Amino acid sequence: MSEASPAKAYALHLGVIALLFVLSFLLPEYYHGLLARIMVLAVFAMGYNMLFGYVGLLSLGHAMFFAAGLYGAGLAVIQLGWSVPAAFAAGLACGAVLALVIGVLALRTTGVAFMIVTMMFAQVFYLLILYFAAWTGGDQGMVVPQPSRVLTFGATALDLTNPTVRYMTALGLFSLVLLVTLAIVRSRYGRVLVAIRENEERTKMLGYDTFSNKLIAVVISGTICAASGAAYALLFGYVGSSFASVQYSILPLLWVLLGGAATTLGALIGTLFMYYVIDITSGFTSAYLLIVGVALILLVLFFPKGILGSIRQRWLGWLP
Amino acid sequence: MMPLLTTKGLSRNFGGLRAVDNVDFALMPGEIRAVIGPNGAGKTTFVSLISGRIQPSSGMIVFDGADITNLPAYARVRLGVAYTFQITSVFANLSAYDNVALPVQRTLTDGRSKDAVKAGVMAALERTGLADRAHMPAGQLSYGHQRLLEVAMGLALKPRLLILDEPTQGLADSEIDNFITLVREIAKSATVLLIEHNMPVVMQLADRITVFNAGKILAEGTPEQIRENAEVQEAYLGTAP
Repeated sequence: MSEASPAKAYALHLGVIALLFVLSFLLPEYYHGLLARIMVLAVFAMGYNMLFGYVGLLSLGHAMFFAAGLYGAGLAVIQLGWSVPAAFAAGLACGAVLALVIGVLALRTTGVAFMIVTMMFAQVFYLLILYFAAWTGGDQGMVVPQPSRVLTFGATALDLTNPTVRYMTALGLFSLVLLVTLAIVRSRYGRVLVAIRENEERTKMLGYDTFSNKLIAVVISGTICAASGAAYALLFGYVGSSFASVQYSILPLLWVLLGGAATTLGALIGTLFMYYVIDITSGFTSAYLLIVGVALILLVLFFPKGILGSIRQRWLGWLP
Repeated sequence: MMPLLTTKGLSRNFGGLRAVDNVDFALMPGEIRAVIGPNGAGKTTFVSLISGRIQPSSGMIVFDGADITNLPAYARVRLGVAYTFQITSVFANLSAYDNVALPVQRTLTDGRSKDAVKAGVMAALERTGLADRAHMPAGQLSYGHQRLLEVAMGLALKPRLLILDEPTQGLADSEIDNFITLVREIAKSATVLLIEHNMPVVMQLADRITVFNAGKILAEGTPEQIRENAEVQEAYLGTAP
């Protein structure tokens, strides 16, 4: 937030992106695919972090924004036969409009009431998906057919089902969102968001219309989550109602808490950590969720600010 | 000359308690006005009504000729009504710099240059003597410095009316002297409305004094007139002189 050390912060973020790029050529096939998925879901976590970490608004309904992108893009391809870029844009638009409407309604509340209201709206969204099963495929979901998942630029066609193309597309989206997030939190607007988190009443008395500022943050957050959902539909080809369930509202919260709320890179670290703990432990035992639970409890006990949040607090104060 | 601020029949009830009771008040541009009164007299409620932090039960507030009774607090700040809190409420986890950057960046109209924010912030910090502590988290500043930071934030809003709610509370005597100098300087460019318990400060600073008691204005006048006023002495001392 401070105006110091911008070069360090940008260098670190570009370094992380470069590392992910190099990993594409080093990782074995299984982890290659897993990391592509993690990067897309880390975008979801970054969208969530925008609102939870920086504005301090705890939503329990962000699955609806992810699902808005997922279904917005998926239905555009399956039912309307749209091209990949148009479908992606449709997913973003669905997320942005939904976030605007939900924001106007839910921001009338704060704290616990905000959690409950967002969760209720997300449940309504989930039930609507099931109710309109004729179009959405209900609880079965839908598969986005492979031939329609091709990105064409003039003569060149990029097949999004090809692992390398998929990985690079995921990395591209991840990098873009990461740098946009970094720019936002370092901007004057980011400073206002943190001020609202720290003391909303005081921020009003400095002449800020906190409602509008929070509404903009909800729309940015919802749109980023929708981008993640839309990319998920187009890259992995499955659109399912489970992504709109309450579990997918809790997961980004866990990822962000693990990685460190209000840290730009925490979303990636948290998502990565959670996936790998599940992946490794499920190799040993079917009771892997027990181990995940213990790991979470230990983290909360010893690193209450998350992995990156604790590192920032103890060693690297300049981390954005 | 037209008053900068007037209130007409301003009242605020909290349940059965009339915290502010039918107050007619006028403040001239450029003056330093002190508001004094016993605890619970309604001083803080009165300035909270002016700043828009709470809504009046009835009555009207006019600022610079415009009715601002129904404006939200943030819009009043934009018109030039700044309020510094009685209980220090700087952003403890942000640096002193960021605390002042918040009001500075909002008042900038000339563009997005970082240098303009920096210049504005450093000017406000220098005026309050905090420039060398710019990058300390506000929560780690001493209490006196946090009070000064609060004033710096108020100053950075470039207010036309600066409301200071018990600014010297908890300050050491040496800090109070500096503070008096600072308020005199602020008053060159803004009207100051000051709630204060410290009588020597009030007597040195105020052009005029308004005395509140039980939600009403008990007396108003120059420091000398207030000092001689029998009703005021009774309200404060509880005995007829």
